[in-house]
Amino acid sequence: MKIAVCVKAVPDAAGGRRIDPATKRLDRSGELTLSEFDAYAVEEALMLGEGGEVVVVSMGPERALDALRKALAMGADRAVLVAGDELAGSDLLGTAAALAGVLERESPDLVLFGQQSADGGGACLWAAVAEHLQRPAISQVSELTVSGDSLTGKRQTEFGYDTIRAPLPAVVAVSDAINTPRYPSLKGIMGAKKKPQETATADAIAPGTEVLALNPPPSRGESVKLEDDGSAAEKIVEFLAEKRLV
Amino acid sequence: MSVRPADYPAPWSASDAIAPPTDPVDERIDVGVAIVGAGPAGLAAAIRLGQLMEEDPATAERLGEVPVAVLEKGKAPGSHLLSGAVVNPRALQVLFRGRKRVDEMPFAGMVHGESVLFLTKRRAIPIPTPPTMVNDRNFVVSLSQLGRWLSEEAESLGATVLPETAATQLLVDGGRVVGVRTGDRGRGRGGEEQANFEPGSDIAARVTILAEGTQGTLTSAALSRFGLASEQPQVWALGVKEVWRVAKPLDRVIHTMGWPLRAGKKYREFGGSFIYPVGDDMVTIGMVVGLDYRDAALSVHDLLQELKTHPSVRRILDGGERLQWGAKTIPEGGFVALPKRFHAPGLLLCGDGVGLVNVPALKGIHYAVESGRLAAEAAWKSFARGASSRESLASYDESLRKSWLWNDLREVRNMRQAFGRGFYVGGALASAMTVTKGNFPPRDLPTERDAEQSLISTSRASSYPAADGKLTFDKLSSVFASGNRTRDDQPNHIRIAKRVPREVAELWTNMCPAHVYEVPDGAVGADGLVEVQIAPSNCVQCGAITAKGGRLTPPEGGSGPEYTLT
Amino acid sequence: MKTLVFLEHHEGAVQKGALGVLAKAASVGDAHGVVIGSGVRDVVAAAGTTVWVADDARLEAPLPQPRVDVIAKLVRDEGYDTVLFAQSVLAADVAAGLAVRLGAGLNWGLVDFDGTKGSAPQLQDTVVVDVGWTSPVRIGVFRAGSLDATALSGSTELRDATVELEEFSTLAEMVEQAHAEQQGPSIEDADVIVAGGRGLGEPANFALCEELAKALGGAVAATRAVVDAGWYPYAAQVGQTGKTVAPKLYVAVGISGAIQHKVGMQGSGVIVAINKDANAPIFEFADLGVVGDLHAIVPKLTELVRARRGS
Repeated sequence: MKIAVCVKAVPDAAGGRRIDPATKRLDRSGELTLSEFDAYAVEEALMLGEGGEVVVVSMGPERALDALRKALAMGADRAVLVAGDELAGSDLLGTAAALAGVLERESPDLVLFGQQSADGGGACLWAAVAEHLQRPAISQVSELTVSGDSLTGKRQTEFGYDTIRAPLPAVVAVSDAINTPRYPSLKGIMGAKKKPQETATADAIAPGTEVLALNPPPSRGESVKLEDDGSAAEKIVEFLAEKRLV
Repeated sequence: MSVRPADYPAPWSASDAIAPPTDPVDERIDVGVAIVGAGPAGLAAAIRLGQLMEEDPATAERLGEVPVAVLEKGKAPGSHLLSGAVVNPRALQVLFRGRKRVDEMPFAGMVHGESVLFLTKRRAIPIPTPPTMVNDRNFVVSLSQLGRWLSEEAESLGATVLPETAATQLLVDGGRVVGVRTGDRGRGRGGEEQANFEPGSDIAARVTILAEGTQGTLTSAALSRFGLASEQPQVWALGVKEVWRVAKPLDRVIHTMGWPLRAGKKYREFGGSFIYPVGDDMVTIGMVVGLDYRDAALSVHDLLQELKTHPSVRRILDGGERLQWGAKTIPEGGFVALPKRFHAPGLLLCGDGVGLVNVPALKGIHYAVESGRLAAEAAWKSFARGASSRESLASYDESLRKSWLWNDLREVRNMRQAFGRGFYVGGALASAMTVTKGNFPPRDLPTERDAEQSLISTSRASSYPAADGKLTFDKLSSVFASGNRTRDDQPNHIRIAKRVPREVAELWTNMCPAHVYEVPDGAVGADGLVEVQIAPSNCVQCGAITAKGGRLTPPEGGSGPEYTLT
Repeated sequence: MKTLVFLEHHEGAVQKGALGVLAKAASVGDAHGVVIGSGVRDVVAAAGTTVWVADDARLEAPLPQPRVDVIAKLVRDEGYDTVLFAQSVLAADVAAGLAVRLGAGLNWGLVDFDGTKGSAPQLQDTVVVDVGWTSPVRIGVFRAGSLDATALSGSTELRDATVELEEFSTLAEMVEQAHAEQQGPSIEDADVIVAGGRGLGEPANFALCEELAKALGGAVAATRAVVDAGWYPYAAQVGQTGKTVAPKLYVAVGISGAIQHKVGMQGSGVIVAINKDANAPIFEFADLGVVGDLHAIVPKLTELVRARRGS
């Protein structure tokens, strides 16, 4: 089975993620690492793809290849990076189109995503990609089984778990409950450099959104501190009631 | 009754870090040279080997598919590197064979002026810069940034850098070092294998270079196993530092002595602080104190916080913001504590790990670089056809002894030991040593082990400032500012005696800058001892515990701080 | 401006989040709703506006792709220029599929909207970004719980929406739909969390947190310190090296509030802290801080909450 995993190289959390006030976009000039949520998708692909091929696909600056190497070190076979200066600043529309372009060429049986974007916080890119590919999509999957030419996923929603079946090829976004990503072995790390890593281009699609301004976060507001004189419990309940929390 | 941490030793011995290879041959990883530590020494070795491989590809080929592998236990090269630092660029210029200009190296700026201040609680008295501390034509640098840059240089020359990889054992077979074993990943708190358990690997190497830095575990084991250690024990200082963004640029490097350390002999508080400009908009400030101090209430982290409240220091940081914090030990034994030999069959030792530090000049980085370069050359010699490995590796010792670094260290030996007699006597002795270029005193002064100092207990803690979150900070928020995100659910990597007297527990609790140890409330047992509580995931791997009776061992690769500016 | 709001519903009632979005949309322009499912004509009784109903057996299961078909057709046929969603697993997928279908810009994580621009906190709420659209049709997804759910009122004009589904939209099938959860919510999903720290004194005292959580309908969490000490399982750990949560209410019992813990819960709507140490850092960011003995306060609080909720 051929599985493509869509991943993102994000600024390392330790280095501090920040928005560049000049461009009003996330500052991607520092070290990039493989998004922590994508590791679950890579792991799932490695477990399901035994004997087949696992390709990681990403859109980002050329430096992102270093981050994709972690997926190769875990065991993925190949990396394809869609890069180009004109792609910087792409929003959902541009990103989905770029990824879909590569996926159409690769024609995998299964496309996997992680559960959300580690830096932007968005959680819906797969649905946009599936729309391009005109294939079924299931998200927030915490258990996935593939048999023959269909798959069954347990989707975790606010109301509990749905069991959903879809024929391959399909797009699935896996949650971080689905597995425990493996540590790359030393052999894996050392072999990663030798695995094929290609860059591809894509036509830039004009973004449908724009960033107008950056503002500091609102302060939490007045904070009340009191000493218990025997009536603390009552005061807490009053406070909660006022805020319609109880 | 005198209580000494040394009487409650850690349940650890050199043999814990030494083992024969166990992986089946087809599973082990073969490299030409295994370098442990992506610090200045290890990376200098990797870079020099890369250059030699370029010049002589025939020999390079004999090193196999992975000629040079650098193992780094931190998340990335630089994550565990911390120093002041003012660096003498000489060794780097030699390393790059004059092909890199100083402005191509990641220095923050040349030293434009310097002051040495003797502090009292309210005053700062300038004193003439001791000759050993003159920093003319030297550069301020973040060692973490330097490490990152050196790592890229090493990789461009063909080295394979393996971050998040801890070397936990030296592989010894038939009396010869044949490589290192890396640590397991994915074990739970009780040692159990978790879902993503990945066992460590045997890395087989023709030559192993240990460049682990201060308190290197494998280095320590090797010194013991091969009988390389000097007669005089090694001693250490603990440095705790912060990097700040500041409103006004600082125009000079500053060193201070005196307050908040106490001069009396009974305290044995040797050290001082440094305040360096890092470019125009940042300053790095650190407190360094010898770990032979006696007061169980001493906390170097809190001394740093106290230092910042001094009017002359506060002025520098006014309007600024703390960006990062970190801590690390520095070997201070100097020349007399250097190993008798720096090599063993299949093994070479470099850098801070073996104590190549000039204490009065506060310099160690350029010695690390030079020792790494010389180690690479000796290793390379051993790969030549028909070369005798024993002679080749022995040539490392010769080249060290002929090097300018040897002479430097010899001249200033004994200075640190002199300060065991207290600040004023020590100061006088140090002056005499400088003037005579190390010929005085005629016989070397003895070094006393840090852990053998008897403890006293004072009310020193009462004058530590309360953390205000703006100028002064508590330990936990400081650990956060080191970038530490260590996985909690892993085995404890700290080895200490299970039950110790209350004073020892207090010593460790106050000593540790990362709040790893805690004295439990009450709980003094019938044996008069307490059981220390440990929070190992706070650990920033400074190594202070090893100096004071315990033992730091490498946790899971990738753990610990994630320094970027230190 | 002509807005269409996706009215997600569950077990016969419109989701509170969707109601909030509809109210916000109505406050800045013309806003209609759309309800999609099977046997759903009665889901919306009084909305005070037009509500499209797409009622079809093929729409019974809460799957996103058929909903993209229905909404896209409505947008094209009726000329809506704005489509808004309250975030949920389902709504997110519908919104993104729709964005590609219509070539519409999608702004995510909104907490406010004035008709022209939206407001979206990012980077763990350290910055609030003003966002706009450059495409003719605009899509916005509001963060869960960001808008007050005002009850609908006034007459509703129900209109039937055409249901024409793409072939690929019906490839995914619901085999078994979720039932109501029997146990309490997981930490990540809970609206209320009661967290315990070292101030509890001993592991048995976690029962105090458990009782309060049960009374409030919430989940129990723990700090790293007590998980380290074995008082509570790692799965409940909130903090830098544990889980990050942002419930509507976070009650911190016996927790000092070290930054390692704070970063895991600082996005919570309301923070109430109970600690006997008046200098504990948690009081610097708690909305209501009570300095007192948790062993006396928490049981009493639990009792009062139970009484109020009549449980």
